[in-house]
Amino acid sequence: MPESQQAAQFQAKVDAEQKIEPRDWMPAEYRQNLVRQISQHAHSEIVGMLPEGNWIGRAPSLRRKAILLAKVQDEAGHGLYLYSAAETLGVGRDEMVSQLLSGKAKYSSIFNYPTLTWADIGAIGWLVDGAAIMNQVMLCRTSYGPYARAMVRICKEESFHQRQGYDILVTLSKGTPEQKAMAQDALNRWWWPSLMMFGPSDKDSPHSAQSMKWKIKRQSNDELRQTFIDRTVPQAEFIGLQVPDPKLKWNETIQHYDWGEIDWEEFNQVIRGNGPCNAERMAARRKAHADGAWVREAALAHAGKKAKRSAA
Amino acid sequence: MNQQEALFRFALRMGDNSVVLGHRTSEWCGHGPVLEEDIALANIALDLIGQARNYLTYAGEVEAKFRASAPLRTEDDLAYLRGEREYLNVHLVELPKGDYAHTIVRSFLFDAFHLPLQQALTTSKDDRLKGIAEKAVKEVAYHLRHSSEWLVRFGDGTQESHQRAQNALEDLWRYTGELFAADEAEELLAKAGIAPKLADVKQEWSATVDRVLKEATLKRPADGWMASGGKKGIHTEHLGPMLAEMQTLQRSYPGVEW
Repeated sequence: MPESQQAAQFQAKVDAEQKIEPRDWMPAEYRQNLVRQISQHAHSEIVGMLPEGNWIGRAPSLRRKAILLAKVQDEAGHGLYLYSAAETLGVGRDEMVSQLLSGKAKYSSIFNYPTLTWADIGAIGWLVDGAAIMNQVMLCRTSYGPYARAMVRICKEESFHQRQGYDILVTLSKGTPEQKAMAQDALNRWWWPSLMMFGPSDKDSPHSAQSMKWKIKRQSNDELRQTFIDRTVPQAEFIGLQVPDPKLKWNETIQHYDWGEIDWEEFNQVIRGNGPCNAERMAARRKAHADGAWVREAALAHAGKKAKRSAA
Repeated sequence: MNQQEALFRFALRMGDNSVVLGHRTSEWCGHGPVLEEDIALANIALDLIGQARNYLTYAGEVEAKFRASAPLRTEDDLAYLRGEREYLNVHLVELPKGDYAHTIVRSFLFDAFHLPLQQALTTSKDDRLKGIAEKAVKEVAYHLRHSSEWLVRFGDGTQESHQRAQNALEDLWRYTGELFAADEAEELLAKAGIAPKLADVKQEWSATVDRVLKEATLKRPADGWMASGGKKGIHTEHLGPMLAEMQTLQRSYPGVEW
């Protein structure tokens, strides 16, 4: 079958809301686009363990410690599902990991911001996971089957993450003046970076139009960002926190919030590696990988010997 | 020492062993040698912290009975507001995590002790200890399987992994004596049928160690000088900094909800 005909059939299948499966024909760009997006998503889960991991040792109660550990463990699990989903497109986990470690592959820039107080753990759950959920709920209906199925599992756990984050801030906001200030400070620092998580504005988003056509993405960056703002602002008000945007105002006519302007220069700088923690995050991942090399070699060597013995 | 006080010290020690090892184990989260191990170790740390919560809650309740004048201490009061001289865990669990061989060998030496201890506690005459053990025993069986399998992989893996595992065994062996050195509380509870005789636990521990080390082609170190003191609150220098980290928020902002 000529490629143009295959491409037409592929698009017809996508348009008919049928899932594309690993053995199906797909355009090379579709495959590349997915590998880029899924591996970036997997890396984000893994790097995302670091800022929260920073507080496991200092969690203020055994209950909070257990919840935070469970959450970070979930993220490792999400990384695994996503690497597996990407592997169905013909790229191995080792290759993806080495692309992360060499700096070739990206991860979500939000994880290049530091967690400075316990309230940041709340803010990450509430805002960062909250923003991620917007994307992930949409991705449950993405056109590539394995990715969509991984997302369904991930979304269930993410909503627990968001609740635990908000719960931390609810508790702080009912606490002492110092605790309230801690919560407000965390919102001040995490609000704008969270809005940046939705990516560039639609007019500047290089991959968006094609991804929408292929139904990899189903809502634009700006649409998702607006939905997130509309949902989150009342949650902030409910616990007496002020969103750090002087232009934020409910617009009765359009039934959405009007809001200020993202500092895209900051966004671009962090993507280029100049965020507060880019170097630390990569150093931590490289160290874990290098320190673990002998462990992985031992496991392989033992498995090889065992297979040989049972064959003999 | 009366039985209530012995029970308090025993529950406290069980809780301290679990919270300290749980904390140490959680230090790998995000830094493990392979993603599957990040997940496994977080799982084990979670089990241990869950066990610690049960034991410390119980310890607080027992204490309130025999020390009527003192206010009831919660799991968090006991975990976050005691200094290192009041912690009663064994030295083995408080040592720094070291390389992955030290982490695995430490876990193995502890798990091989912890499993028969929990198994024995499922027949304790104390209902609370029995109840905690019934849940814990399944978790600890998994911990021992995890650490044993890795120890075998190391011993039977590469030359480097074999050497690292053997080194860790030599380094940590001196901390195993304390596991079985019964103090007054443990002797009293053994007589009352509330906790097992540690000599019996040691027999099972020793058999497990021999079996797994044989499969791993590792050498059992000779028993030499054994460290002790943890059970009396005399610790290594490593516990203080760990508690300083763990307790920082509770100490900096006393008496608030988190």
